[in-house]
Amino acid sequence: MIARASEVSAIASREIKKWYRSPILLFMTTIQPLLWMSLYGKAFNLTGMFRIPEDILKQLPPESTARFAAIMNEILSRFFGASDIDFFSYIAVGMMGVILLFTSMSSGMSIAWDRRLGVLNKLLVAPISRSSIILGKVISAIIRGVTQSLLVMLIGLALGMRLRVSGLVELLIAVLALALLGASLSSLIISVTIRLKSWEHHIAVSNLLTLPLMFTSSALYPVTLMPEWLRTVAAINPLTHGIEVLREVLLLGASFNSQAMLWHLSILTIFASVATLLGIYLSNIALRKM
Amino acid sequence: MTAVEAHNLRKVFGELVAVDNVSFTVEEGEIFGFLGPNGAGKTTTINMLTTLIKPTAGSARVWGYDIVDEPEKVREVIGLSPQELTVDDELTGYENMMLHAALYHVPRDEARRRVKEILELLELERFANKKVESYSGGMKKRLEIGCSLIHYPKVLFLDEPTLGLDVQTRAAIWNYIRTLVREKGVTIFMTTHYMDEADNLCDRIAIIDYGRVKAIDTPSRLKSSIGGDLVELEVSEVNGPIGEKLRTLPGVVDVVLDNERAVVKVVRGEEVLPAMISVLIREGVSVRRVEMKKPSLEEVFLSLTGRKLRDENGVKEEIARRTIAIRRARA
Ligand SMILES: Nc1ncnc2c1ncn2[C@@H]1O[C@H](COP(=O)(O)OP(=O)(O)O)[C@@H](O)[C@H]1O
Ligand SMILES: [Mg+2]
Repeated sequence: MIARASEVSAIASREIKKWYRSPILLFMTTIQPLLWMSLYGKAFNLTGMFRIPEDILKQLPPESTARFAAIMNEILSRFFGASDIDFFSYIAVGMMGVILLFTSMSSGMSIAWDRRLGVLNKLLVAPISRSSIILGKVISAIIRGVTQSLLVMLIGLALGMRLRVSGLVELLIAVLALALLGASLSSLIISVTIRLKSWEHHIAVSNLLTLPLMFTSSALYPVTLMPEWLRTVAAINPLTHGIEVLREVLLLGASFNSQAMLWHLSILTIFASVATLLGIYLSNIALRKM
Repeated sequence: MTAVEAHNLRKVFGELVAVDNVSFTVEEGEIFGFLGPNGAGKTTTINMLTTLIKPTAGSARVWGYDIVDEPEKVREVIGLSPQELTVDDELTGYENMMLHAALYHVPRDEARRRVKEILELLELERFANKKVESYSGGMKKRLEIGCSLIHYPKVLFLDEPTLGLDVQTRAAIWNYIRTLVREKGVTIFMTTHYMDEADNLCDRIAIIDYGRVKAIDTPSRLKSSIGGDLVELEVSEVNGPIGEKLRTLPGVVDVVLDNERAVVKVVRGEEVLPAMISVLIREGVSVRRVEMKKPSLEEVFLSLTGRKLRDENGVKEEIARRTIAIRRARA
């Protein structure tokens, strides 16, 4: 057990060292969520559409104004969880989840590189458990992902994101959700790509996975705005559950819906466990076949 | 103790028989070499012996452990330095070594001591804390070998240890390998397609072509199996009697004469050469030039397979091309 843990940490720490010494890698995986956040989040003001401009408000009698405002606020709360939420903050939290897609993808790629450069063979001739190789990659994906996600949050804050966190526990729940999301996504990508022999295929398949995973999640718009079929897909997408937990604990302050949060967190936990076990199982088969 | 023992080892990829019923043994403390051209099946053999792939048929034991039934045991006692460089460019030499130490469960304090010792042995200690990307090709290869030594393996597998390196660097690596055997007592199984490498470094070699072992012996016995040295004499004139006279000398196997040249195939040429020259002088023939060629493994390979070992330039270019392709892909 201790031996296994030290194998995993050796493999993970190699990845982590390579990552923090290579600013390019950090930059490349952060740039896309940042673009989405600043362009889409700022330019496309979805929540702003539900607010009544001042000049229109002035034309109405006060009782109607109040009625209108109540209806609009009700719509906003239903879709976005709170009536005073701004779309930029909403998207920024979405991107804190989406960046884990990119960091997980690059962890999956590192297996393809290890194979290409012969490093995988070096790992396979060492007297270590085959599972340690995959677990090492998953753990490093989690560490990278959580760190970069928090980095996106800091940049978001600088750009005007409004966080409302009611306490330290909520912040820790957010980190836990990010870690579970990292485990889910990296294991998912490893499960799909482990059998691919060339890194070209690896890149193609990873790219093919990213956009659908992002668009079928609640990263860019609320699930409640989606058509029925898309809602079903969103419900089995781990990204949705991760991001929903984050929105509850990061954006809604003390008024968050703890029941909904726990529901999403449980599904995420199940997803992360199943995906990790599946990743280990499939890669054990693939690595033995080599 | 027998370090490696292979019985009719065979590996088939689809239609292609990459390794064809290969049998051999390697004794403890030996440097045993697989010599053969590109595609002969050398790496495939190493991959089977190091438990990376399973043989299609046949069996092998490494340090007494069966490669199919006890792969975990085999992995404990072997080290592998693969054909391609696998040390991590972005880590320092020290970090690369410590990573391997962790993979082989060497406790940290002990690992630090061993890293120091091995880096000294390979004369890399000055560069220990430099990133590997600043290393020369020869230094990277030394580090690669060093990494595979961290757990003090009983048997070290070296796949083309000097592939793509220049002549001096290759000679230096040979020296390091000899030092390892002398000071650490490791047994070495290596592959190469360089004749001079097999000749200089290996105690015994197996010549392999198209997956088949053609001969196994010491380099000197393989060379003497060719049947003698070639002595080439440029003379003032060639006439009948000198051919007859030369043939009667002890050790002479064959004499071929043309215009002003006599080519004599002879066992232990250096001992017979003076006698040959005095015969010629007695016959009134003056000798303008003498050249003696010891048979090389090239001739051995030629006589065993009917083909020449491919020249090494092709291989170097191939490696350069691959390196460029990888760099491009990474950028
Ligand atoms: N995984 C594989 N799949 C199919 N063919 C292979 C594979 N590995 C090696 N070969 C083929 O087996 C033959 C022997 O290869 P290899 O052992 O690498 O030769 P060497 O190391 O002597 O140059 C070559 O023809 C090579 O193309
Ligand atoms: Mg080879």
